[in-house]
Amino acid sequence: MNRTLTIFQREFRGYFATPVAYVFIVIFLFLTGLFTFYIGSFYERGQADLEPFFRYHPWLYMLLIPAISMRLWSEERKSGTLELLMTLPISLFEAVIGKFLAAWAFTAIALALTFPVWLSVNYLGQPDNTIIAAGYLGSLFMAGGFLAIGSCISALTSNQVVAFVISFVICFAFNLSGFPVVMDFFRGWAPPFIVEVIGSFSFLTHFNSIQKGVIDLRDIIFFVSLIAFWLYANMLAIEAKKSN
Amino acid sequence: MENLIDIRDLRKHFGSLVAVDGVSLTIQRGEVLGFLGPNGAGKSTTMKMITGFMAPTGGAVTVCGHDVAGAPLAAKKCIGYLPEGAPAYGEMTPASFLNFIADIRGLKGQHKASRIREVVEKINLGGVLQQSIETLSKGFKRRVGFAQAILHDPQVLILDEPTDGLDPNQKHEVRALIKEMAPTKAIIISTHILEEVDAVCTRAAIIARGRLLFLGTPAELEAKSAWHNAVCLSVASEQAATIAAALSTVTGVARVERKPPHAGQQQITVLARDGARVFEPVQALVRQHGWQVDELYVESGHLDEVFRSITTTAGDLGEVAHS
Repeated sequence: MNRTLTIFQREFRGYFATPVAYVFIVIFLFLTGLFTFYIGSFYERGQADLEPFFRYHPWLYMLLIPAISMRLWSEERKSGTLELLMTLPISLFEAVIGKFLAAWAFTAIALALTFPVWLSVNYLGQPDNTIIAAGYLGSLFMAGGFLAIGSCISALTSNQVVAFVISFVICFAFNLSGFPVVMDFFRGWAPPFIVEVIGSFSFLTHFNSIQKGVIDLRDIIFFVSLIAFWLYANMLAIEAKKSN
Repeated sequence: MENLIDIRDLRKHFGSLVAVDGVSLTIQRGEVLGFLGPNGAGKSTTMKMITGFMAPTGGAVTVCGHDVAGAPLAAKKCIGYLPEGAPAYGEMTPASFLNFIADIRGLKGQHKASRIREVVEKINLGGVLQQSIETLSKGFKRRVGFAQAILHDPQVLILDEPTDGLDPNQKHEVRALIKEMAPTKAIIISTHILEEVDAVCTRAAIIARGRLLFLGTPAELEAKSAWHNAVCLSVASEQAATIAAALSTVTGVARVERKPPHAGQQQITVLARDGARVFEPVQALVRQHGWQVDELYVESGHLDEVFRSITTTAGDLGEVAHS
């Protein structure tokens, strides 16, 4: 536990030791603003809610989260610190969790810094703040899901660009998997339950129900088990790669 | 003496490539084992398996009584490891890096502070503590890696090419440090610098193509040289031919070599058969004939020549030459 915390602290401070953190936060805030107010027509809708704000989160994360996660393990592999880290008295589980939580905490900070949007909507009207809280919670879990995917992929390569691109594609697939275009592609030949399963992996479907204020335990379980799965794969990837 | 490192029939295959092929070794407290071998011989791979970074394909390693595969955390606690190239987190400062390592190693409070202070002082890191590691010179980076390895005062120290890329003064410092720590620890250093073996090691192991080809003291290694106990004389070049001819008749002499003359002088090397002492008979002969000799000394052996002959005939030798 203490060692996980030590890994967490080192990793978390690492974000702020380089321009990565500031660039990410500025771009994230800029893009959420852009999407909410211009593309999402926040004012024109005339409704006191943050639907136009949350609606674009899956797409923003798809692009920005891989930029955060790509360095998690690739950099350790490239600089050789993976060998240092893995020969310290710490388990692989502690290292993977510590690094993942640091990245997650960092995205939580970026998400929390969108609070002016929440202030605006409260200034302009009387929104249902429990729905907004649910939206933030759902967004955070979804970010965790994307991060776990990115963390696993970055363990597979020592090249950060490769890690970014592959994570992006996988995140994109998870976003799209509920869309008719994907479903139709499978519907032609795959048995119905496979199509059903693929559709149920869509981040959009699970996130949409949460951000509408419906906190269904199944949606939370979906994201938690997704994180657990990818982090487990992350551990296997490191174990396999360090023997080569 | 207690065995701190026990390696039994260690093997590592990468696909069809055999990187380490049945290495067995024990290292006791107070020993400094020099791991020698050409590049790609399996030195680093062996060290990665001892430190628990890589799982072996076969065999086992025990460190301080803990099986590295079965009880990795307990084993890793006793080991200080400097991986090849001394990797460290570039964006951190040596101060924050050492603090991080101390936390992971479970050092606390007063003890942690005093250990960091001691190590910083010993390794001379005081001047660069607040500078980010990526901006440090190669020598300082190596020292940071060294500091990290000895921070918890480990019983076992594994150093992969600790002096690689250092200038002669820095090399001397690192060797002095290793010697100073040697009595209380079991240390393995890998190197391809042969002088290092003479300078710091109590034992040398030569590994090539994954096999242990020699294990013994540096003196035993030198004794395997054709130049071991050879006698060198420096004589006037016009006399050299007659002197060489006379010397070759001395009993125990394998052959006599002459170097090209230089400034009226020529160096003659009298090689002994099987390392026999030929110094006394050679000296007697010199006196008897009253030759004018400017230099007369005994060679202890050429390590690089032994190294070359052991590692290049590895295929034929095959088995371990335990001494």
